[in-house]
Amino acid sequence: MAFASLQDFFAMGGHAPYVWSAWAVTALLLLGSVVHARAERRQLIRDLQRRERRERRVGSEPARNLADDT
Amino acid sequence: MQHAERLAVTEPRGGLGVALAATLRRDLMLLMRRRSEVMNPLVFFALVITLFPLGISPDAELLAIVAPGLLWVAALLATLLSLDSLFRADFEDGCLEQLLLSPQPLALLVMAKVAVHWLLTGLPLALMAPLLGITLALPAGSYGILSLSLALGTASLSLIGAIGAALTVGLARGGVLLSLLVLPLYVPVLIFGTGAVQAALLGDALAAHLAILGALLAGALMLAPWAIAASLRISING
Amino acid sequence: MWAFINKLRSPKWFYAISARLQPWFWAAATLLIVVGTVWGLAFAPADYQQGNSFRIIYVHVPAAFLAQSIFVSMAVAAVVFMVWKIKIADMAAAVMAPLGAAMTFIALFSGAVWGVPTWGTWWMWDARLTSMLILLFLYFGVIALRGAFASRDSGSRAASVLAMVGVINIPIIKYSVEWWHTLHQPATFTVTGRVAMPMDMWAPLLLMVLGFYSFFIALTLMRTRNEILRRESRKRWVRDLAGGEH
Repeated sequence: MAFASLQDFFAMGGHAPYVWSAWAVTALLLLGSVVHARAERRQLIRDLQRRERRERRVGSEPARNLADDT
Repeated sequence: MQHAERLAVTEPRGGLGVALAATLRRDLMLLMRRRSEVMNPLVFFALVITLFPLGISPDAELLAIVAPGLLWVAALLATLLSLDSLFRADFEDGCLEQLLLSPQPLALLVMAKVAVHWLLTGLPLALMAPLLGITLALPAGSYGILSLSLALGTASLSLIGAIGAALTVGLARGGVLLSLLVLPLYVPVLIFGTGAVQAALLGDALAAHLAILGALLAGALMLAPWAIAASLRISING
Repeated sequence: MWAFINKLRSPKWFYAISARLQPWFWAAATLLIVVGTVWGLAFAPADYQQGNSFRIIYVHVPAAFLAQSIFVSMAVAAVVFMVWKIKIADMAAAVMAPLGAAMTFIALFSGAVWGVPTWGTWWMWDARLTSMLILLFLYFGVIALRGAFASRDSGSRAASVLAMVGVINIPIIKYSVEWWHTLHQPATFTVTGRVAMPMDMWAPLLLMVLGFYSFFIALTLMRTRNEILRRESRKRWVRDLAGGEH
């Protein structure tokens, strides 16, 4: 350990606001990216399911139903 | 017999040289007719230089230190201002599409247009700069280099800026986006352009700065036309 | 080799294979970043001159590396898209840009904040920070240009051209900013210092750099898969997939 106590660790020898703000912004952006990506995926799946249900109700238009398997 | 001979004489000539000359002549003519468009960047240049002492200080010593940078930045912004209209008129009346359909390589035709832009924007700015340098107390011994660096530099700025203009010509509010795209790419030219003027004042590494400006221009001449052509195709098809 | 490239033309194949690759990169990213963080924050020795503010290096340097690498990756993807018409490449390029901008911002913020205890100022026009700032504008330009076109394909191609133009300019910009900086401030040592670091200082740094790279790959895989769902939403395999999902 480079620090004598947990207090010292948080204080960072007086440089606390700088070190912790830099790390906080980093953590925020990295974690935020992950959260956003997952939310994006959930949203897309939900939209796809909603559209699927709607088209099944209306009756799927053959022209739109691309059987393209790629 | 005579009638047929007369007809034969009026057959159109083709080829790249003819296309280039025609494009050059056409653009020059059109721009000369729109005198105000040619004057705008120059007036802007003068106005901006006028604003700086008003905004900073009339102190000649202070102005002398910042003069090279101010002159260069103002000239750069004036060039940026004039880029938006580089392709817009031709885009709007369909002439650009015709240019794309021409059998001549678009990259070369585009160079003719950019050459005209530089002749009527960059070169006048370079020639006008020493006059404005006087108002900013630019020290003696740098006026020639000021014009030379601006002449070389604005040629690069026209080429690089044309890429941005080509990418945004089809967009509704492309003007601001054009600045965002082009200004980061302008930084090297700015740094070595002002560097050359400052080197002339301090008396060191002037040749190096001018050589790099020349190299940047050479690079732009080789690469930009292809990027401009590709961008024009995207804008027309989009 | 060509078989692989042809497989890449199929978003469906990519979707399947990225599902298998993703967890590995997430695991690697998590492990490397957590270990690197703990080591760097708590166990690495403080710097003799800069004290504990030195620990900012463990986010600043990885972010700076990634900021540049991501732009290069984006440009490579742009070339692949324009030359071989592989859609996946464009999707990947589209999702890389925002992360690249975020990394650039992290590098800028951490670099600026580092300057306060070290130089007593919130902002320094030193070569690295200035280059990072210009890079941030380049990212904004690519993102804005892509979104400005009505047709997605035009936006993709325009952003690709700009990415290619930008990547050629990045070394030129870096070089010219460094030249500019040395002309105006002769003897400085950069924010990270070129002093040789002892192993227990650079080892956590290496871990963090590798961790950030893994994070980039993992997130790009995840967001490219989202982009596939978005763009290929009309295809049968996507609809079947959605039917099976939660």
